[in-house]
Amino acid sequence: MIEYRAKCSNRFIEGYHRCRKNDLTMRIVVAKPGLDGHDRGAKVIARALRDGGHEVIYTGLRRTPDEIVRIVIDEDAGAVGLSSLSGAHSVLIPRVCEGLRASKMDNVIVFAGGIIPEHDRASLYDVGVRAIFGPGTTSTEILEFLSTIEERSESGDPVGVGEEAGWHW
Amino acid sequence: MSELDDLLVEARSGNRRSLSRLLTLVEEGHNPPIERGIGSSLGITGPPGVGKSSLIGKMIDVWVERGESVAVLAVDPSSPRSGGALLGDRMRMTNADSSDLVFIRSLATRNHPGGLMDCLTPMVAILSECGWDNILIETVGAGQSEIRVVAFADRILLVDGPDRGDIIQAEKAGIMELADLIVINKSDLPEAERAAEAVKSALSVAEDEFTPEVLLVSAHSGMGVEELIVQLENTTTSSERERLRVRERLISAWDSALLTSSKLDDILQALEKGSITLLDAVNSIRKDG
Ligand SMILES: Nc1nc2c(ncn2[C@@H]2O[C@H](COP(=O)(O)OP(=O)(O)OP(=O)(O)O)[C@@H](O)[C@H]2O)c(=O)[nH]1
Ligand SMILES: [Mg+2]
Repeated sequence: MIEYRAKCSNRFIEGYHRCRKNDLTMRIVVAKPGLDGHDRGAKVIARALRDGGHEVIYTGLRRTPDEIVRIVIDEDAGAVGLSSLSGAHSVLIPRVCEGLRASKMDNVIVFAGGIIPEHDRASLYDVGVRAIFGPGTTSTEILEFLSTIEERSESGDPVGVGEEAGWHW
Repeated sequence: MSELDDLLVEARSGNRRSLSRLLTLVEEGHNPPIERGIGSSLGITGPPGVGKSSLIGKMIDVWVERGESVAVLAVDPSSPRSGGALLGDRMRMTNADSSDLVFIRSLATRNHPGGLMDCLTPMVAILSECGWDNILIETVGAGQSEIRVVAFADRILLVDGPDRGDIIQAEKAGIMELADLIVINKSDLPEAERAAEAVKSALSVAEDEFTPEVLLVSAHSGMGVEELIVQLENTTTSSERERLRVRERLISAWDSALLTSSKLDDILQALEKGSITLLDAVNSIRKDG
């Protein structure tokens, strides 16, 4: 188990397998950077992840990128989901990614949700975002993404924000 | 040196990532390289939604203003069905995420058999060793099983709300007897004063020097929070309550041992068939654990 953890670099909770085989629990921060004042989408994602067996740290509204990085560190989270509605994504999401790398949190997985136009997506993938989920995304799809992360981790393929870019969901 | 030793050395010198990583390993059941029983924690409990997290947020502001550091372990239940958890306490501690004087870790109960959360003791020791001045444990106190979590704290602050139902709930769960200090939150609402009187009269049955004080606070306006901090400095636990807490810890360790016993299945089957009595069952478990 210890060896396995070393290999997949602290992304999953040790010794706390859920019911299904090969199904590990992650600690995931769900945050909403930016100033717009409503977080229904983020809450829906948070609940879906909880029901999928993950531990979700929900941060509420209006967190700055620096605060989000701090929360990921203090919570020792393996992933962070960033919800954006206001167009803030093109500045704030890259800042979270940079902040994580600057804090040597390279193995953290970053994904995004909300309203992010197609033409802005490539640049987000370039800075290390591994998935972007639009408004109609089902919770099954988000959980499938995390299972894929698990498989890739296991075989040593890059998934973290500071690991080689290229692959995304 | 082991990974844990290294992490502790780094955490002591102020590295938050190492501290955070170390807490994870302890939560996962690793033994920390640290003496037992150092550090003192304040448990903050009370019915769901009475404003525990909001109040902690305000208490943090007072401590930080004074230059004191605060670490919070915020415990929320895991879903018995999915094993997942929604940990939303820190959302209410709004000014906490930018100060170096504040550290918050959200913890899920993870459905441990017997509700045993014995990782809290070494976590408090680590935080204390790393120099955190005030160490808090937030946990919902709604039923008998949840008392087991807060019983790992060294002193207990019970937070209640103006709603009579909440107070009755706390009373029924037996948290009242464990509380070293009681606050009625949401004093900005009209019913709060009456609630405080109700709690006081419930306590006055056996009044002595150790009867907990009852204060009114508002986590919204901040009213009464400084007074609460001052009162906390003058509040000690009683030997009676200390005994009650230790007892709760023992009971949850006992239940955990029972529920994880390799003989459990056999014993349950024998009981089902009626081939042994309950007393036989207890004796058989006692004999060799
Ligand atoms: N009117 C009023 N509302 C408050 C006060 N403190 C908290 N609340 C509200 O009560 C609700 C619950 O607050 P929380 O701080 O999350 O309560 P909690 O006890 O930590 O909740 P759980 O951890 O879920 O058990 C929120 O909507 C708060 O805004 C207060 O002093 N006055
Ligand atoms: Mg709370």
